[in-house]
Amino acid sequence: MAQINLTVNGKAAHAEVESRTLLVELLRDHLHLTGTHVGCDTSQCGACVVSVDGKSVKSCTMLAVQAEGAQVITIEGLAAADGTLHPMQEMFREHHGLQCGFCTPGMVMSGIDLVESHPDGLTEQQIREGLEGNICRCTGYHNIVKAIAAAWPLMHDKQMPQAAE
Amino acid sequence: MYDFEYHKPGAIDDAVKALGADAEAKALAGGMTFIPVLKQRLAKPSAVVDLAGLGLTGIRREGNALVIKAMTTHREVAMSSEVASAIPALATLAGNIGDRQVRYRGTIGGSLANNDPSACYPSAVLALGATIVTSRRRIAAADYFQGMFTTALEPDELITEVSFPIPEKAAYAKFPNPASRYAMVGVFVAKTAEGARVAVTGAGNDGVFRHAAMEAALDQSFTADALKDVTTPESLMNGDIHAGTAYRAHLVGVMARRAVMACK
Repeated sequence: MAQINLTVNGKAAHAEVESRTLLVELLRDHLHLTGTHVGCDTSQCGACVVSVDGKSVKSCTMLAVQAEGAQVITIEGLAAADGTLHPMQEMFREHHGLQCGFCTPGMVMSGIDLVESHPDGLTEQQIREGLEGNICRCTGYHNIVKAIAAAWPLMHDKQMPQAAE
Repeated sequence: MYDFEYHKPGAIDDAVKALGADAEAKALAGGMTFIPVLKQRLAKPSAVVDLAGLGLTGIRREGNALVIKAMTTHREVAMSSEVASAIPALATLAGNIGDRQVRYRGTIGGSLANNDPSACYPSAVLALGATIVTSRRRIAAADYFQGMFTTALEPDELITEVSFPIPEKAAYAKFPNPASRYAMVGVFVAKTAEGARVAVTGAGNDGVFRHAAMEAALDQSFTADALKDVTTPESLMNGDIHAGTAYRAHLVGVMARRAVMACK
């Protein structure tokens, strides 16, 4: 068994895990943060995407021991303490960026990474390519793309530049 | 997944020792192939040696070569201004591997050590005549790839960096499998001081290979037109549920012509 220490949603977390424990198992089974979903378990669907040190990663394809010392943010860590939603969550609600909702935690986490890593603007094409690792079985992509585009001005506190690339 | 001992050494020598001391130990780079393999119980290593603590990330220019350390991620290669100015084709290749999450974790060294017959990087390494630098020697690309999932690496030998000679121009064209994003056919074309070089991944029935007939045609005239009558033997092609041998042979020609047109 390995002892691991990391920061999850701004709070120190400690767990005793097997070497083979996946990061998603640590989050769901040890820390009881079940907002992160396991959709396919074959690294394809992206329902398990979380932020590790500012990068969106598939938590079903990373060992918990690899996250030693890391800053992890999950879907539970986005809303403010008073319940105010993160702008990305708010825009998913506003634009109805979900049907069954199963893929939504991963979509929201990937969307935040996409917006944060494109400070000069984000095109529809870039959003669609940026979501290649997230699969929505309800085929709700159109509204998801709209929601992410709508979150960009809110997260950067400025208007989206025209014809941004 | 079967359980294993986990080691994260802080020095290359220690990683080599850990792998040498235990024939069932395996090295972990980005894990984008290895962890799925473990999850499917297709491998049962006694120990996993994580290479993330060895300081093997970074990209530098060294004379007429671009040197990329083994644990550099696809994302870092894709976003590097050093790569974009020296070998832009390599940045494009890295930026289209897998998906965004795979590119954040997957590494050039991991991809080359695995030598998946549908991986993108082997075509660039072979076409550019790169050198694989390991913990004990330097291996020429021509000697490194030895068929599907097979390389010249010894079990306790680690790739430390890859040195790419900078070509006059180059490009990579890939027909991705729409689900996996792996290359159904990928062709890397380079114009070097020694002549044209063409390497094909995804299509061959024994992994990445150089296309001598295309290289000869491009040495006559480095144009897409020069390739229009060059055929690829179906007997060399891999056929599976995604594409038969005839279709793959045809795609090799299409991707090669697109790559020549995109060369810069």
